[in-house]
Amino acid sequence: MKWNPAKLEKKDLGAFFQDLMGKYDLYAPVRLTEGVSVYKKIDDPGEVDLSNPNPQKPLKEVFFSQSEVMFRYEKVEKRDRVTSTEDVQRERVALGARPCDIQAIFLLDQVFSGKDYTDVYYLQKRKRTTIIGLACNAPLTTCFCSSMDGGPFVRRGSDLFLIDLGKAYLVEFLTEKGEAFSRNPFFKEVDKADINLANEIEERALKKADASLSVEGIEKRLDEMSESPFWDRAQEKCIGCRVCTYLCPTCHCFDIADEALNERGQRVRNWDSCLSALYSLETSGHNPRPTGRERTRQRLMHKFNYFPKNFGPMACVGCGRCIIYCPANFDIRQTLKEIIAK
Amino acid sequence: MIQQRIREKAKELLSKKELDLIIGFGEGTLPLRASPLFIRNPEEADRLIWNSFCENNLATYLHKFNRFKVGLVVKGCDSRSVIALSLEKRFELDRLFLIGVPCQRMVDRRRVKKAVPGEILHAREEGDKIIVKGENFEIALKRDDFLYPSCQACIHRNPAKANILVADPVEEFSLAEAFPDVREFERMSPGERWKFFEKESSRCIRCYACREACPMCYCAECFVDSSNPKWIEKGLAPSDLEFYHMVRAYHQTGRCSGCGACERACPMEIRLTYLTQKLNQDVKELFEFETGIDSDNRPPLSTYDTDDRQEFIK
Repeated sequence: MKWNPAKLEKKDLGAFFQDLMGKYDLYAPVRLTEGVSVYKKIDDPGEVDLSNPNPQKPLKEVFFSQSEVMFRYEKVEKRDRVTSTEDVQRERVALGARPCDIQAIFLLDQVFSGKDYTDVYYLQKRKRTTIIGLACNAPLTTCFCSSMDGGPFVRRGSDLFLIDLGKAYLVEFLTEKGEAFSRNPFFKEVDKADINLANEIEERALKKADASLSVEGIEKRLDEMSESPFWDRAQEKCIGCRVCTYLCPTCHCFDIADEALNERGQRVRNWDSCLSALYSLETSGHNPRPTGRERTRQRLMHKFNYFPKNFGPMACVGCGRCIIYCPANFDIRQTLKEIIAK
Repeated sequence: MIQQRIREKAKELLSKKELDLIIGFGEGTLPLRASPLFIRNPEEADRLIWNSFCENNLATYLHKFNRFKVGLVVKGCDSRSVIALSLEKRFELDRLFLIGVPCQRMVDRRRVKKAVPGEILHAREEGDKIIVKGENFEIALKRDDFLYPSCQACIHRNPAKANILVADPVEEFSLAEAFPDVREFERMSPGERWKFFEKESSRCIRCYACREACPMCYCAECFVDSSNPKWIEKGLAPSDLEFYHMVRAYHQTGRCSGCGACERACPMEIRLTYLTQKLNQDVKELFEFETGIDSDNRPPLSTYDTDDRQEFIK
């Protein structure tokens, strides 16, 4: 590591957030009600809640919000006037994201700045955001990041990285962008004991993280499975809601709509989901993915076959949200194991 | 034992080849969860389970298998949805075999999670207790203190219709105890009610899990999905979220069995049943009708009678 770590006392957190908010738009997990949190722009430092393992909605929302205005238009004195919404006015900080969510941003980068097209809305925010990651001291049993090229202490993608030591956070500076924060008055010097404690915590977390799920060769397996009866059985319990895709840190489909009334309106893009029948319904009335069979197949194929084909890595980071929140207990780990075992 | 009887019956039915499949519950992959299970061979019958985590309303799956002869494991609420669906001519009851289970009422996994000091690694039922284990704890919780709100005061735990009951009927609670979340809502002033509704719907992410989990939401095109006419925008504007939740509730009038599947499916823990249960209560008071109790009696909003009460129409 190029830069020495620092320490941030928890009693200083409020003041630290306040300080950040003076210079940046701060995004962090906020508790909406007991057990439910999301990433949100912070208005009051007291809102920030780093106690949940992972907010329901993933970090992707900070860069690619569920509903985003692309531009506004109106007719003024018989002339069209279009107002751009592309610009990001202030520098931003995204704080408290876990390594899985940050790894997912890496995957989204490839989609939104691909060789065929670049997405200005996403990239503007991405360029102007500093990411402060937060290590996962206690991975859950639904977590399988360590099986998906990640891990509870993976620092890749973070500009700064926090490790919860109990009464304080150890702060690591990982990039030039992150190092620029090192002169913050709330960052104190660390001693040897802090470093040792951080190492111990990391070791414990790595031991806890489940790395037992092997998906080696899955891309090839799936190549042979597009017409397999496997999908009929695999999708039976799926009720066709959008929970797994909306809460997925890597899913990135959207639908564009005009919201207009009389002579003014806005073009909006909203998250969309391949698990809904409407997603693939064509104007003619024909639906190339008419049943759950084709739609569940699409979800799995995109993550573990098409995405690797297009970009290299698999489009799953093992955060476990789709497992925890599925109303029907569809467990993607089980489905992956079945595919591999076939 | 209920589980054993379900397995035996399933084995028998599948051996006789009278059914294409049986939909029941199997072991879930997470503590405190069971998972909908679909079996076609008698050898698979032993995978069927029954416990206080069998929370899904399985009638939902009948839409997926509407060309098949289906055996369905039903609690009180599931059976009422089946009847309500058959009254709406979604299918003929005679292609179904209802394996009825008098319901002990289901455990609210989220309430249990919030009551313990860490991640639950293992959970089991022991008499009237739920024993939950984590890394540094093992706690016995009184089962009846952790039931789903919709289950807590359920007054129709016994299946309203079943081809076979796998246990003796349980004693039903009285109407006086029903609808606790409606009482709470009714005590609020109109302003407080709106605030409550506004706050709850503001968490909505339009995943439509509430709609998909509900057996009664089966429109070929839901009003939120229609683009011509466009009734509603697709984003997260508060007015759109509120509109969705209001209309979803209204569409359930006289059709909702009060199973609570909508609320359980919601990843954002939005409270929903106070609306539908209020409508259930109104329908009961105004039309003396309860969803899915009587397989001949059509829901009040789909019939017309000159003697219908109308003093509340102003």
